[in-house]
Amino acid sequence: MKKETWKELTIGTINLEAGNSVKNLTGTWRSGHKPEFIEEHCIQCFFCWLYCPHFAILVEDGEVKGINYDYCTGCGMCAEECPSKEKSIVMVKEEVKLAEGGTE
Amino acid sequence: MSTLKTLNGNQTIAEAVRQVDPDVMAAYPITPSTAIVETIAKFKADGLISGEFVCPESEHSAMSVCIGAASAGGRVMTATASQGLALMWEMLYIAAGLRLPIVAGIANRALSAPINIHGDHSDTMGARDAGWIQIYSENCQEAYDNFIQAFRIAEHLDVRTPVLVGLDGFIISHSMEVVQVEGDEKIKDFVGEYQSVYPLLDTSRKITVGPLDFTDYYFEHKRNQMAGIENAPGVIQQVGKEYGEKFGRYYGFFEEYRMEDAETCIVVMSSAAGTCKDAIDELRNEGKKIGLLKPRIFRPFPAKEIALALKGTRAVAVLDRSACPGAFGAPLFTEIRNALYDYDPRPKVVNYVYGLGGRDIKVEHFKDVAEKLDKIAETGKVEEIYGYLNLRE
Repeated sequence: MKKETWKELTIGTINLEAGNSVKNLTGTWRSGHKPEFIEEHCIQCFFCWLYCPHFAILVEDGEVKGINYDYCTGCGMCAEECPSKEKSIVMVKEEVKLAEGGTE
Repeated sequence: MSTLKTLNGNQTIAEAVRQVDPDVMAAYPITPSTAIVETIAKFKADGLISGEFVCPESEHSAMSVCIGAASAGGRVMTATASQGLALMWEMLYIAAGLRLPIVAGIANRALSAPINIHGDHSDTMGARDAGWIQIYSENCQEAYDNFIQAFRIAEHLDVRTPVLVGLDGFIISHSMEVVQVEGDEKIKDFVGEYQSVYPLLDTSRKITVGPLDFTDYYFEHKRNQMAGIENAPGVIQQVGKEYGEKFGRYYGFFEEYRMEDAETCIVVMSSAAGTCKDAIDELRNEGKKIGLLKPRIFRPFPAKEIALALKGTRAVAVLDRSACPGAFGAPLFTEIRNALYDYDPRPKVVNYVYGLGGRDIKVEHFKDVAEKLDKIAETGKVEEIYGYLNLRE
């Protein structure tokens, strides 16, 4: 993604593109661990959805369906908070690789 | 209609505010600027101004209100001094970074400790890197004229940078003077209607103000910010010229007093320049070729223009009404000596700190400086680069 020079920027740090944080792929911040969703254990309590600081819990037709790895930072809060008898989100190891499109 | 009024410095600022009638005035009263805020509050209570007057719980909040109101799209002013300006510190940088054309009247006062309410420049000099344009006034008339011009300078599309106007605490803020106050309509016409470029209240265009920058954008945004204050010199000159054409009082970066064939020169800002003029007159009567250079604009610093005005002299004394602990000289001195470095020949430049905490500076003190300058001009030798005036040693 081409970054503007100082002359191309709008004055006063104004950002004219509302909602452009979707372009900030916070998933690039993950460093070694990622959550894995185990659908058959899930009781649809939505705790993970509630606690996730990056809105990275995928919901379809009113049901939790998994993780959006474009934004998941691997913080582990969803797995920590998951109350189901057998955890429906567990942290697993992941190979670290730098993705395109995030901030430096 | 233009009228002569007997006003003190604070009242001249309030009078200018009444005439400009900004959309929002937010301030927390502090000595010696209290009367600015009080008088504005009275104008508001008497129905003489239409803008909103907000008195929040601190100066930090006052500047925050200014930032919010200016981001919303309003023309905004405030007034403060000393600890009040110090408490605004982090918000000053934000106002400048967001390129909000806020105008502030500062009744210059010493900073604690020890606590002191009298005039010196420690407060605004402490804010010199905050990104604000800084204008200093010699007397009540200049405070009035500068404050009105400040709106035009701050709001110019190429500048869009906050401006502070300094007037010496008590010496100017509380001294009565006969001031030429221009007609309300003429002032309204001079400052014109303010049009914000990206007002937050324009809900048809959704924008973000002040978002987080990481390592990849902060540097570019800061450089972008500096372009505003870099564009200010031309605008300051244009506005000063236009003001002169309209009202008969012309303003530039600095005033030169009896500099035409001067061999030595005293550089001093604000009220002390008035006393210095008397000293220069007496010294000229004694046949000494001495002049005064009184900077009006400190930020952006008119380095080239001041250097050209001083380079032909043999010795210059820069007088600072603030100290810069641990630095190689006080703020005005370091700028001027730096500005002269590229010129050859160039004068010897020395620095005297004076008037901290409102300590008097009199004609005799300027004469002592003149004597020292004569010696430097004669011998070409500087014994002491940095000293103090009217201090018990």
